[in-house]
Amino acid sequence: MSRFSNLGHRLYQGEVSFDFVGRRKIWYSISGVIVLLAAVGLAMGLHLGIEFKGGSVYTVSKPGLTVSQAQDTADQVVSSHPLVQSTDNGKIRIQVSTDESKSSDEIRSQLSQKIGVPLDTVEAQVIGPSWGKQISDKALTGLIVFMILVTAYLAIAFEWRMAVAALVALIHDLLITIGVYALVGFEVTPGTVIGFLTILGYSLYDTVVVFDTVKENTKGLTKQNKRTYSEAANAGLNQTLVRSLNTTVVALLPVAALLFIGGGLLGAGTLNDISLALFIGLAAGAYSSICVATPLLAQLKEEQSDMKALRKRVLQHRAAADAKGDAVPAGEESADEDLQAGMVGQRGRSAGTTRAKGRPSSKR
Amino acid sequence: MATPKSRPRDGYPGRALALILVVTVGLVALMFGTGNTKPRLGIDLAGGTSITLTAKSTDPKAINKSNMDIATGIIERRVNGMGVSEAEVQTQGSDTIIVNIPKGGDRQNTAEQVGTTAKLFFRPVLAVAPSGLQVPAPTSSPSAGATGTPAAAPTATGSAAPSAAATGTPGASASATKQGRAVGEALADASPSTAPSGASAAPSAPAATGTPAAAASSTPSAPATAPNPADLAAAMTQGTVPPELSAAFATLDCTKPEARQQLGQQAEDKPVVACSQKPERGGAYSKLVLGPVAVKGSDVSKAQASIDTQQGAGWQVQLQFNDKGTSDFAAVTGKLAAMPDPTNQFAIVLDNEVVSHPYVRSAIPGGTAVISGSFTQPEARDLANVLSYGALPLEFSKSDITTVSPQLGGDQLKAGLAAGAIGMLLVVAYSVIYYRGLGLVSIAGLVVSGILTYSIMSLLGGGIGFALNLPAVCGAIVAIGITADSFIVYFERIRDEVREGAPLRPAVQRAWPRARRTILVSDFVSFLCAAVLYIVSVGKVQGFAFTLGLTTALDVVVIFLFTKPVITLLARRRFFSDGHPWSGLDPKRLGARPPLRSSRRRSPSSAAVKEA
Repeated sequence: MSRFSNLGHRLYQGEVSFDFVGRRKIWYSISGVIVLLAAVGLAMGLHLGIEFKGGSVYTVSKPGLTVSQAQDTADQVVSSHPLVQSTDNGKIRIQVSTDESKSSDEIRSQLSQKIGVPLDTVEAQVIGPSWGKQISDKALTGLIVFMILVTAYLAIAFEWRMAVAALVALIHDLLITIGVYALVGFEVTPGTVIGFLTILGYSLYDTVVVFDTVKENTKGLTKQNKRTYSEAANAGLNQTLVRSLNTTVVALLPVAALLFIGGGLLGAGTLNDISLALFIGLAAGAYSSICVATPLLAQLKEEQSDMKALRKRVLQHRAAADAKGDAVPAGEESADEDLQAGMVGQRGRSAGTTRAKGRPSSKR
Repeated sequence: MATPKSRPRDGYPGRALALILVVTVGLVALMFGTGNTKPRLGIDLAGGTSITLTAKSTDPKAINKSNMDIATGIIERRVNGMGVSEAEVQTQGSDTIIVNIPKGGDRQNTAEQVGTTAKLFFRPVLAVAPSGLQVPAPTSSPSAGATGTPAAAPTATGSAAPSAAATGTPGASASATKQGRAVGEALADASPSTAPSGASAAPSAPAATGTPAAAASSTPSAPATAPNPADLAAAMTQGTVPPELSAAFATLDCTKPEARQQLGQQAEDKPVVACSQKPERGGAYSKLVLGPVAVKGSDVSKAQASIDTQQGAGWQVQLQFNDKGTSDFAAVTGKLAAMPDPTNQFAIVLDNEVVSHPYVRSAIPGGTAVISGSFTQPEARDLANVLSYGALPLEFSKSDITTVSPQLGGDQLKAGLAAGAIGMLLVVAYSVIYYRGLGLVSIAGLVVSGILTYSIMSLLGGGIGFALNLPAVCGAIVAIGITADSFIVYFERIRDEVREGAPLRPAVQRAWPRARRTILVSDFVSFLCAAVLYIVSVGKVQGFAFTLGLTTALDVVVIFLFTKPVITLLARRRFFSDGHPWSGLDPKRLGARPPLRSSRRRSPSSAAVKEA
């Protein structure tokens, strides 16, 4: 662990630096491929559960029939995990989603055979969705309102470019998660919708934490000529990398336990559905904060005229320094990383230019 | 916070800790004190009650999909107005609605409330008479039990029963004092001194007329000499009954429940006959002839239960009208105020029964009205609830109430909790290995956060019917990550400062403002998400938003009142400030530079002290 501790230090000092921003093409392609797969999955369509589409309900009553027995039987008859409940008047309700390929008569006759009750005692009725259209519509309205407000807030608290990058990362995470659902063919239940919403919150949260460091690292950038915006942003990422890794590990550990232990013990079930959505979403959220949002932000910022001017100055300065033969550290000693030219950590920065460390900050 | 001169630089961590300790202990005590020691669980985990409602309508065409969907939406809001109760509503077949409510709610009460149609109309009164009046033997206790009549002094007409304490000030309400008041009060008003000046017998409070014969007692003893009730009623009718209704009015017997319901499918734009919902003063029902609908319940924008402070009449329901309702209401009350008795009464008709028919003394422009009666608190609350969400397009009868088992096996919750516990252990192990001494602080913070979350959720289960379903349990497990993240952000900041060579106490102080900003900004985003979704959405999404908002708020509370003070206190201890290898703040391991601000050395190996 001490090695890791040291790594944190070396990351912070810029002795070790991973070039996240400079390699954005790699990240974009990885994300692009996954999102494309997700889109293919979405095109195939999502498998909506009974709560959204309704279905049919079969009522059987047989003394001594337990819920778990009925569940096993129902699982044999229909493929789309039916909801089984017992009621206190000795009946068992079996709810089957409309996607079922079998007709309701078929299901009735098979249930009556397998359970061993006369066919005419198996009642069948159509049921509507318990998650009505209204809930979906209002949730969507809520999401749109939230997106508008959060964009406004980020634009004010940070800047509009950060808001855009954060939103792109958010959509990226949601697309990936929903796409995986479509590909795996899992049923979308209210539980998974709640899972998606949890991811939405987490994705933004994580991006904001990362952007906060980036913002701090790029303060007063135009007053110097040592680092471009991309380099400064990358240094910020590296400084906060340990925090990002730790947080992701801490957030993923319980969810992984849910997914592998809970799911492993029980097999398919609601728990598995939710934890899978969360696991993929949280991982995507952590990845996108670093590898999608920040490079995109740097790209947007580099379009600004003062940042372009800065880049020019930095390159001139380096060229001049090289010409003088002065040992301006342009990333040479980062031996353990084959960095592209122009990508350095924080080495060679005069102490105190961009690090407000050691000075109490009066800012909130 | 005031900053006295002698204030230590790192503040008063003890105070914050004391505060959160008191709050935590208080919540836990409250939890055990009120007996809400467990969070309420949703249907998926604990099962609940299933109510089957069957639509009935005289017009078969009215029972169609769109009306059923509207009804489903309204019932959904009735049983889950706050969005946290996890109740489910779905249609079954073509004419049935199934309502599932998690365990632990008030079954009977909910069942009552769910099926109420809640059609509310305001109609002017044309005529009124007692119905099914048993002529009692004159009781010798008039006014004996007379409690003070309500502040609304008897009107000039002499009836005190439904006096509309309506002033012209905006916001004033047509306060309809329920005629089902204590008999004593009614009798007090029946005394001849308040006899009406009008030619007719007693107004509106039919039982309490100035005629001793009808001086109602609450013990209808029906002597053999009783006159024919119908004749009596006719004799006591006030106002004019429209000819087309006279037959219906004469034969209407409001003592029969089915008769009281008969206003059912009648036209809104014609006069109708109706019955009072409960026996009015003297124990007799009133039958009324009502004019066309003047104001509709659909123009009520909000309804709220409140205590009648002015007249001490207990619980009442305050209505707030929308713009149209406000102007209609003002116009019609203005008209009615100028009418002779009893046509200056305004009947409030709920589900075909007259809840009350107060007098109107002047126009009421404020857009509010009050329905008062001898409501209990739950009655008033439920009535307000059903009125808030509008009337059902169909009538429903409750055909079945049964208990249902959980939708998910109990093993799902067990596995979830077990996995959560294992996850927690992993988090604990990771924190301790990586952060050493600091890790213990974050674990303590998680424990505090856990206790707070658990106790608040348990209390809310009893308070607003908050129920936890499996997704919410999973959400709470994710919240572990968010809470731990706040610690990690702060710890990493402190370690950055230590790397810079700052001694620990100043490092802790300097790291705080920046960590605080990060934590607040990111938590604000989460909270914004929760708040918007809670306000805009309904049903389960609202429940999710509530849980998210709660855990986010607690995250901020714990980091401010617990983690920061604890770190501040620990920083004063030598174990940490000297950077013991197990404190997690060992400057050597963090590769701190000597405090002397020399320029950076070239060789990384000197900065990063290799540890054996």
